[in-house]
Amino acid sequence: MSLWLTLAVNSIALGGLLFLLSAGFSLIFGLMRIPNLMHGSFFMLGAYFGVSFLAFGINFWLAALASGAAMAVIGGLIERFLLRRLEGQILPQVLLTLGFAFIIADICLMVWTGDPWQPTTPTHLQGAVQVAGLFFPIFRLVIVGVAVVIAIALWLMVDWTRLGAMIRAGVDDAPIARVVGIKVSQLFTLIFALGAALAAFAGVIGAPYLSVYPGLDFEMLPLALIVVILGGSGSLLGALVGSFLIGFLYNFGQAMFPDLAYVILFLPMLLVLVLRPQGLFGKVVS
Amino acid sequence: MSMKRRTVLKGLAASTAVLAMPAVLRAQAAPFKIGLLTVKTGPLAQGGIQMEQGIATFLKQKNNTLSGRKIEFISADTGGNPAGAKTKAQELVERDKVNVILGPLAAFELLAITDYVRDNATPLISLAAAEDVTQRKANPFIIRPSATSAQCCHVMGDYAAKDLKFKRAITISEDFAFGYEQMSGFLRVFEDNGGKVVKKLWPPLVTPDYTPYIAQISKVDCVFNGFAGSNPVKFMRAYADLGVKAKIPLLAGWTAMDDALLKSLGDEAIGVYSAAWYSADGQTASNKRFVADMQKDYNVLPGGYSAGMYIAGQCVEAAIQKLGGKADDRKALADALHQVTLTDTPRGAIKFDKYGNVIGDVFIRKCEKKDGKLVNTVIKKYPNVSQFWTYDEKAFLAQPVYGRDAPPAKNLEQ
Repeated sequence: MSLWLTLAVNSIALGGLLFLLSAGFSLIFGLMRIPNLMHGSFFMLGAYFGVSFLAFGINFWLAALASGAAMAVIGGLIERFLLRRLEGQILPQVLLTLGFAFIIADICLMVWTGDPWQPTTPTHLQGAVQVAGLFFPIFRLVIVGVAVVIAIALWLMVDWTRLGAMIRAGVDDAPIARVVGIKVSQLFTLIFALGAALAAFAGVIGAPYLSVYPGLDFEMLPLALIVVILGGSGSLLGALVGSFLIGFLYNFGQAMFPDLAYVILFLPMLLVLVLRPQGLFGKVVS
Repeated sequence: MSMKRRTVLKGLAASTAVLAMPAVLRAQAAPFKIGLLTVKTGPLAQGGIQMEQGIATFLKQKNNTLSGRKIEFISADTGGNPAGAKTKAQELVERDKVNVILGPLAAFELLAITDYVRDNATPLISLAAAEDVTQRKANPFIIRPSATSAQCCHVMGDYAAKDLKFKRAITISEDFAFGYEQMSGFLRVFEDNGGKVVKKLWPPLVTPDYTPYIAQISKVDCVFNGFAGSNPVKFMRAYADLGVKAKIPLLAGWTAMDDALLKSLGDEAIGVYSAAWYSADGQTASNKRFVADMQKDYNVLPGGYSAGMYIAGQCVEAAIQKLGGKADDRKALADALHQVTLTDTPRGAIKFDKYGNVIGDVFIRKCEKKDGKLVNTVIKKYPNVSQFWTYDEKAFLAQPVYGRDAPPAKNLEQ
């Protein structure tokens, strides 16, 4: 009983973190059709930035925001000056982003060495709530809260603002959006920067329990990929549902069928790819 | 005529002597080449970088000269995978023509090159732990001054059962050979001394969150973990955060509580018991020099990865000293390495068994916080521990190598 409860709560916490990671990935993939293989690297680099900010004694949340802002600039520059030249060319985009992923990994190793870093949980969020003899770390619940707030903010932005309308138009049909006067290129840069910022923010928030170490990038990237393929690219609702789905599959799968941990994680993705290639909440792309 | 002939002979002899001298000088001038197989990129880089720091510290102390021979040091990055290890071993042997290879780091890398170094007659001093390389498939060109996977875990099994008087344990380690060999070594000695391992948990090597595993831990006296790399940091934090640490003591293998890892850990590590073949607070003269220089040059507290390579350097030095001019003979060097006995290394006195594996002290440590810093305090020393523990060598080798289910666990509970 207690095992299941712990797993359920933890599934939600992991789902929250995955949503922060994959929301940006989903928007980038949905709007720009760029399979951004450096998304995990944004997560890791952001986490390292956060670790360094924290070392200067900066407040945890400020560090997360600052890291997000720094990554937005880096992401924006990469999009504006490199990816834009490759618009519509999937293979060169894959190679470019993959190349960057390796470059970022090596730079991180040089700057932050190979030692794992695990920032302490902010003092006011330390400790655990105890329900029915079960401990649960407060901090993970806070991550869920943050994820929900950001999910609502993103939803409001996409569904209720002019910017959101432009983004949706861009996702649906970029050429027509251009024809009616939407500056799709600027939109691309903006979305890419936003996605990078979200990943970095997630990296910092996740750092106290995931820790930061070389290789974190390629641990997170497949998770973001599965979430987006399950949920459907370009759909925030899809990213949200996909994240929690993966959160549950991951936790219960590893506890119940540890030998099949990866099968349980990737089998739903294969099924979705075969039966519903656009994902659970994705639109059919013509 | 005869006089003349004698003069000529003398002259010849003299000129031979003259010729011989530069030959000796030439041999002295040709450097002895040490190749290091390490990992400087990817997830295993942390340990790999420490390996290089360890041997670099040794060579710097010796002014790049071991027993009068100038040393040329070549470092190769395997990337932490078997294919990379094979390629780099070939480069070191065939292109650089090294006299001896130090490393590699990981067991699967060592397994990938063990046949190659034998076929090419190149001595290798391993850090990696794969048991059979010094057991059922012993290789005359390989010695291992670090430890087999289970060498320290046998000791931990003994300590947990006899000194800590634990009865029931759960083991948890990565789902790969190093994990199996460690956990099985612990299980065997723990159960032979009256303990029971009631559950074995095997998270994949890449596990972002250990909660699903930790949630399954209950109703035992202790948990033994054998994580390596950066995984112990994640695991121990989650173990403490979920409130398990307050109830169930944690035991660890050497990689999980390596001294070099302490700076990455927080209060969650306090109270963890570990069994290790090296401890940074060791009192030998060479260890004090080693720790001081590592702190001066790299600002780090050294752990087993760097100590292992430092000791490998000492073994090379001892072998060259023994062989003198014959150190370039690869086979003679391999044999001499097997014969090395050292009294003053950072881990204490060591010698090698006939399979090339080290016999040396193993320490039980408990992690404490002193002056705001984590330290592993040695609480018990097991002297001259062999890879076979107290078991009979023949009987030990007659059984299959430690694996996921070998020896079988008889006391598992659902």
